[in-house]
Amino acid sequence: MSNDFQWMPEQASSFAAEVDALYLFLILFSGFFTVLIAFLIVFFAIKYRRGSPANRTQRAGHFFLMELSWIAIPFPLMMVMFFWGARIYMQQFRPPAGAMEISCVARQWMWKFQHPEGNTEINDLHVPLNQPIRINMISEDVIHSLYVPAFRVKQDVLPGRYTTLWFKPTKVGRYHLFCAEYCGAKHSEMRGTVHVLEPSQYQAWLSGKSDGQAPAAAGRMLFEQLRCGTCHLGGGATGRGPSLVGLFGQTVPLQNGQTVVADETYLRESILRPAAKVVAGYQPIMPAYEGQIGEEGLLQLIAEIKSLAPPGPPAKSSPAPDADDATSENAPPGKAKVETP
Amino acid sequence: MNLPAAARPPRNYLNASYSLHTWLFTLDHKRIAILYLLTITFFFVIGGVAATIVRLELMTPAGDLVESETYNKLFTIHGITMIFFFLIPSIPTVLGNFLVPLMLGARDLAFPRLNLLSYYLFAFGGLLTLWAILAGGVDTGWTFYTPYSSTYSNTYVMTTAVGVFITGFSSILTGLNFIVTTHMMRAPGQTWFRLPLFIWSMYATSLIMVLATPVVTLAILLVGLERLFGIGIFDPALGGDPLLFQHLFWFYSHPAVYIMILPAMGVVSELVACFSRRRPFGYAFIGFSSFAIAVLSFLVWGHHMFVSGQSPYAGLVFSMLSFLVAIPSAVKVFNWTATLYKASISYNTPMLYALGFIGLFTVGGLTGLFLATLAIDRHVHDTYFIVAHFHYIMVGGTVMAYLGGIHFWWPKMTGRMYPEGWARFSAVLIFAGFNLTFFPQFILGYLGMPRRYHVYPEEWQVLNVMSSAGASILAFGYFFPITYLTWSLWYGAPAPPNPFGHTGLEWQTPSPPPTYNFDRVPIVEEEAYNFDPDDTQRKAREEQELPVG
Repeated sequence: MSNDFQWMPEQASSFAAEVDALYLFLILFSGFFTVLIAFLIVFFAIKYRRGSPANRTQRAGHFFLMELSWIAIPFPLMMVMFFWGARIYMQQFRPPAGAMEISCVARQWMWKFQHPEGNTEINDLHVPLNQPIRINMISEDVIHSLYVPAFRVKQDVLPGRYTTLWFKPTKVGRYHLFCAEYCGAKHSEMRGTVHVLEPSQYQAWLSGKSDGQAPAAAGRMLFEQLRCGTCHLGGGATGRGPSLVGLFGQTVPLQNGQTVVADETYLRESILRPAAKVVAGYQPIMPAYEGQIGEEGLLQLIAEIKSLAPPGPPAKSSPAPDADDATSENAPPGKAKVETP
Repeated sequence: MNLPAAARPPRNYLNASYSLHTWLFTLDHKRIAILYLLTITFFFVIGGVAATIVRLELMTPAGDLVESETYNKLFTIHGITMIFFFLIPSIPTVLGNFLVPLMLGARDLAFPRLNLLSYYLFAFGGLLTLWAILAGGVDTGWTFYTPYSSTYSNTYVMTTAVGVFITGFSSILTGLNFIVTTHMMRAPGQTWFRLPLFIWSMYATSLIMVLATPVVTLAILLVGLERLFGIGIFDPALGGDPLLFQHLFWFYSHPAVYIMILPAMGVVSELVACFSRRRPFGYAFIGFSSFAIAVLSFLVWGHHMFVSGQSPYAGLVFSMLSFLVAIPSAVKVFNWTATLYKASISYNTPMLYALGFIGLFTVGGLTGLFLATLAIDRHVHDTYFIVAHFHYIMVGGTVMAYLGGIHFWWPKMTGRMYPEGWARFSAVLIFAGFNLTFFPQFILGYLGMPRRYHVYPEEWQVLNVMSSAGASILAFGYFFPITYLTWSLWYGAPAPPNPFGHTGLEWQTPSPPPTYNFDRVPIVEEEAYNFDPDDTQRKAREEQELPVG
């Protein structure tokens, strides 16, 4: 990084330039009003200082229209800010189809990332240039927040629930990665580096550091170890448990008449506390796995379930999921993503 | 000192009696205001010392002055004492307690005993918190976010929480007292639209105190239940939801921001009017905008949670409402500025603070728009940009107005004038030191420096050193008023009843006022701002009277 004075971080993601343009608009707006108010105060303060010969004849009457204009002029400008900011914000909730999925487990005081190929890394994150990345995050203890200033994105990482964040890196380089939500003694040391690499270099990095199984493969081992298949595979609708093939992203009818979209948060809950949402037509006989599987194991199991695509024609890749289904806080948007094979 | 009877000052609330218990068990709103003044000044010093160590630590990127655990306790102490034990009580309990009955033309508040109870609840809550600090401290930040506060922190969270919990009741009772007093105790002729704008803003503040404080009290109680009995409310490991705490906390703590700034706006309305010799431009608009702010303040808490995992649609609604709440604040700024037009302005210390307030509050308010803008908040949330923004509002706004108000009403409260030269010098010093401290933090925040960081990347050292340098100037700026105001109690010139020529009711009684404020019940025939710039009204009256005489 250069030693010149900086007043903005580098623009290294597809959002950065858009956010900075909006920031400049707000600086111009604020600068104009600050200078206007400061000028008027100084001007009046000098002209109407006590004892000065200025004309002080007051105009009689009310100034209702003037007061109204002080409401009517700032209001539309503020609505420009609102819509402009909201447009970018909503884009930030809608990862494009085909985004690369990286999972992230946060704990006091480290970040652990796992790539689709299985590579894991701590406090470092390697990503390929110009490839949209979606990070699916969960915390093992308190609330953390993943923040990459050069990408202009930040998202809190909660215990007990997945949140996601996506970005498209547009500039090769190394960038700060911070925890932005206060999380205890070593909060300020819970930081690392994002390395944006040329795609070929990224491939080289992946193969040079092949240290783990792909999450789905690790999940399959766990799946067999826990004997999930006894109830959930093969039998389909006739088994003791509902079939998991092609389940991810589907709408599931529940015993109480409600429905739920089978996203990551639902799958996680159903593994840990199966009795919370029982699928219509089944008995609540599954044992709870709370306390028996760690967050990383859960992410791997979910990756395995996602990979259980129905046989036959490949699942058609749906367009970028709308955030429309995010009607409750328990349903983080962008969850109904369908994996492109 | 035994003065002959003729030279002895007339009886007032200060010399009515001298023993300690007449102070500690006083029911006089003016004496209770003085008790509050001493207590919150004490907490201001504690919070200020913590801030000073924090700024010293941040002079270098490494953590070389204090351990990270100590650093976390220091910023927590700074936040908790400054917010709960200085800013929230500052103007309402000191200036409000002293002035509300005087401005209304009443003998006291409606419930003098309740007022004393408020003070003791406040003092007791403060002592508990102080004990927690001395016993080992607390490291949750003033926001007490769960599950860190409810499960993970092993510091004195419960003691501090109980301290804040008890102090909350003090706020509720004070608010209740002001509301009832304003309704029931106005002197004959003191109609709503003759009231000083300070009363309007205190009334709006009291509404927030009464309606919002119970929610944070409840939230703290729930944290306590979870910590002590393991009842799952906020910790997902127990089946709770950590975001629920944030909703409850900000449902109070966002309106609390307006508990801190609305009284300041009231003070500034008084100061600008007095030293401009003009009725505040747009009196009704300033008054009603206080109520607009009070109502809207309850509907914007979610803007603290744009990146928390809250639904994006909730984010849209809260963002839109947050822009709306900016409008009544803008209306006030425009009206204060317009009051200066064709005015007759003098530059005593309180006016310097008031003009400083308008400038700093404008910057603080406009940077609030950045935070209401969703995409920008995603970037600057939890960075130094936020730290700078709320210090511009709370220090540049509330503390400036508080100091302006203390100087303005000091002659009334103590019967002594403050030294004008020193006071002007300090006001300018505070303004300069403040900007040097906090303006660089806006840049640090946009560059991405997260708040509550004990160590930070090296490239941000220059801006941090600037900020720390400003903080040392600011510390001197605060040291001077504490010193010369104390000095003035003995050596200040005796104050006339109305040294600044304001037309409000509180200036029509001696300085300091007698125990029951007015020797006879005042009859109000005109509004609080009947100024006469250039003596035009007096000249007109004399011209009319001449032929007759």
